[in-house]
Amino acid sequence: MTLAPADYLAAWPEILLLTMVCVILVADLFLRDDQRSTTFALTVATLIACAAVIVVSAKPEVTHALNGMFVDDPLADTLKIMVFIAVAAMLIYSRGYVAARGMYRGEFFTLVLFATLGMMVMISANHLLSLYLGLELLSLSLYALVALQRDSKDNTEAAMKYFVLGALASGMLLYGMSMIYGATGQLEIPKIAQVIADGKANGTILVFGLVFLVAGIGFKLGAVPFHMWVPDVYQGAPTAVALLISSAPKLAAFAFVMRLLVEALGTASLLAEWRQMLILLAVASMAVGNITAIAQTNLKRMLAYSTISHMGFLLLGVLAGDPNGYSAAMFYVAVYTLTSLGAFGMIMLLAREGFEADRLEDFKGLNRRSPWYAFVMLLLMFSMAGVPPTVGFYAKLSVLESVVNAGQIWLAVVAVVFSLVGAFYYLRVVRLMYFDEPVDTTPIRADAGARLLLSVNGLAALAIGILPGWLMELCRQAIRSSL
Amino acid sequence: MNGMPWLSVVIWTPILAGLVVLATGPDRNAATARWLALAGAVLGFVVTIPLATGFDVTARAMQFVELKEWIERYHIRYHLGIDGISLLLILLNSFTTILVVIAGWKVIDSRVAQYMGAFLVMSGLMNGVFAAMDAMLFYVFFEATLIPMFLVIGVWGGPNRVYAAVKFFLYTLLGSLLMLVALIYLYNAAGGSFSIAAFHELPLAMTAQVLIFLAFLVAFAVKVPMWPVHTWLPDAHVEAPTGGSVVLAAIALKLGGYGFIRFSLPIVPDASHALSGLMIGLSLIAVVYIGLVALVQTDMKKLIAYSSISHMGFVTLGLFLFDRLAVEGAVIQMISHGFVSAALFLCVGVLYDRLHSRQIADYGGVVNRMPVFAAFFMLFAMANAGLPGTSGFVGEFMVIMGATKANFWIAFAAATTLIFGAAYTLWMYKRVVFGAVANPHVGELQDIETREWLFLALLAIAVLAMGLYPAPFNAVLETPVGDLLAHVAKTKIPGN
Repeated sequence: MTLAPADYLAAWPEILLLTMVCVILVADLFLRDDQRSTTFALTVATLIACAAVIVVSAKPEVTHALNGMFVDDPLADTLKIMVFIAVAAMLIYSRGYVAARGMYRGEFFTLVLFATLGMMVMISANHLLSLYLGLELLSLSLYALVALQRDSKDNTEAAMKYFVLGALASGMLLYGMSMIYGATGQLEIPKIAQVIADGKANGTILVFGLVFLVAGIGFKLGAVPFHMWVPDVYQGAPTAVALLISSAPKLAAFAFVMRLLVEALGTASLLAEWRQMLILLAVASMAVGNITAIAQTNLKRMLAYSTISHMGFLLLGVLAGDPNGYSAAMFYVAVYTLTSLGAFGMIMLLAREGFEADRLEDFKGLNRRSPWYAFVMLLLMFSMAGVPPTVGFYAKLSVLESVVNAGQIWLAVVAVVFSLVGAFYYLRVVRLMYFDEPVDTTPIRADAGARLLLSVNGLAALAIGILPGWLMELCRQAIRSSL
Repeated sequence: MNGMPWLSVVIWTPILAGLVVLATGPDRNAATARWLALAGAVLGFVVTIPLATGFDVTARAMQFVELKEWIERYHIRYHLGIDGISLLLILLNSFTTILVVIAGWKVIDSRVAQYMGAFLVMSGLMNGVFAAMDAMLFYVFFEATLIPMFLVIGVWGGPNRVYAAVKFFLYTLLGSLLMLVALIYLYNAAGGSFSIAAFHELPLAMTAQVLIFLAFLVAFAVKVPMWPVHTWLPDAHVEAPTGGSVVLAAIALKLGGYGFIRFSLPIVPDASHALSGLMIGLSLIAVVYIGLVALVQTDMKKLIAYSSISHMGFVTLGLFLFDRLAVEGAVIQMISHGFVSAALFLCVGVLYDRLHSRQIADYGGVVNRMPVFAAFFMLFAMANAGLPGTSGFVGEFMVIMGATKANFWIAFAAATTLIFGAAYTLWMYKRVVFGAVANPHVGELQDIETREWLFLALLAIAVLAMGLYPAPFNAVLETPVGDLLAHVAKTKIPGN
């Protein structure tokens, strides 16, 4: 086991991030509470620096490094940059929110960075072990983040649920992975694919393992019937953490699906197996997610169900089973992250000390209070509903196109029917903002950074909707040159 | 045709004007917002004039074509072009926008900038729908019009506005989502192109044609609206502010008819022929049954809404008779209905602004206090009833003539509308305008002011001009309708 300098070069962003986490951890000890913005600035700067490193060192070809544990390809680069953007946006949105709740401390930042590192490892994993390690690093950081306000009952309860169910899911994944190992004798993803392609693996054991893997993936994505934790955790967690959970990790989970199902188990016969399972998950997620969301009165909970239905859509792209579908799914998850960031950012914009602004009524009459932010939220909601000219429409379009292209027209019809159901509850938010009179007339007090970013976020949903071509192309290139 | 991308100008001028109006912000700048909106609407109409003057009525190809790559990933192109049908609808739309701005001048006193901005943006989007030559571009414009309309109904509407707005949105969204699946199917069948022209030439098996036809049918039938998916319209009309009703009736409903002309008939001609019986049946139900429903309405706006459905039944009837006269009649009926229904909603708006009631029973003897208004209202009521010399007559007459060629009984059933239409319109007119002054408030009514006189006079000129001299309309329509029918007559089933 010797490592060449090239190995370190491939993992340069991860190494940088890890170093910086340690630096921040120590540096924060020497800072007083009123100097905490230094930690904040350092954290954001770290994310920017990592993104810069990736941009500078991006190569169009696939590099395997660290004895086959690690892969650096355009897919990983693109997803990681998206993760950095999402995490940085989350930090900026939540600055005022966490400060008002006594969470504006070093732990918050280091845990967020550790979660980011976990996502990066997951995205670049080339080996079942590194995949699992990344996932656990991400999950454990998130459990701790949910429980960060340790005297809050809601947060602790959410953390407990998240932890127990997450551990169960990890168990399933590990069991599935062990079956794959048993059938192929390999842990390295390309080697697993090779053994299966050579026909040397026992099909029954493979499919048996696959079932557990898909179940584990279902848990992590929050797809029905493995979705139970999602609404409880979103509602119970501090909004800042719910925002984190709902955004960047979905990008990592997408990479997880790509690495496991497509790269390792993507042969035609196995594809036919997991496609069946994903169809079930996708249809059930769209149905349960959209229908249950209608009954919610808590916006965070509603967004949780909305996430579940979006994950159903994401799976539609994956189950198309061709690069066309994968790039559609990647585009979808990128768009989803963008709108989800904005929607949770909006909740935090309206929240203040002792007031969460997470009930639907809290958005009543927003157009009276602030026409601009009502408009931003309107764009985000229509984007989630998939109404043109917002970007959400193109995400739905590309996924539907890939499904129709794969010959599953009925699935496309089911998907549009449920997105009609979905439109109803997104419309309700718009309705409350525009058609009702405000109950709460407190002026919006959020820091300039969050306000500016939120405006950019909302406008991006419109602007990328008017010119979506470049993002689609980016996703297509990433998929094409990596798989 | 001097190199200016006129269609883009026509689409984006109102949208940009709308954004400028929105930027004026709170109601303390309402006066600025109103004048800016008027300037934007007039400008939006002025830029359509080069389209009308530069239009070649004999050319068979699309005119004023613009073509740019938009989303290369799916070969979606920013492809614009118009034929005679689109030209008329764009002119109608831009004209109506001016009326809407004037009509909302005083009545709308809260969130003025948003109201005016929404209408201007919507006007530009509608022009986009009529000018799009790429199916996805069409779809984007088609759907995007829902957002401003939803807000207009919901924010400035009547007491039950929320219900109406949501119903409007969900009904139309259901239709268009199924159309989206059909468009994606066609995209794949056409080898990766959303060009409408490519769809027109695409051979398709009968089963596929029927399924695509049904998907389009849901989308466009909801818009027209055809019986039995018409129920959103009375709700939306009743609750919408006057301007909203005008745009809905004059323009939004035309999207449905236009969709049939641009998509259903030429893309799936064999299915259109095969299912023409169904379409004619549904159209006749709309004409006759909805006509009867209109007769018993007690709310003026509801009555006009049902009358709209009945008149739009003529449009779908004419389209599916596959006869030159009938199809031209259908398009002329669309334009005429745009003027007449807009005028009637504005008339009701004039009364509503004074008495805040739409109930027929609350009026009576209005002529005593508002003679000028009564005269205008009379003209439009007559036009709605299809009196010769008004625009309402031309389209209906042409469709009935076309129907006589096809089948006497279809023509007979369609012709009953002349009786029912006259009955419900004139009966309403009689109860509202003539008779004794039933309500003390009617005795205090003031006749129309200059602003109201202006928009009613503009419409009166349009209605009479179109009724007395429809030749220019026929001239513009002759080529596109001829081409459409020639295209539809050929089968697209492979192997035939």
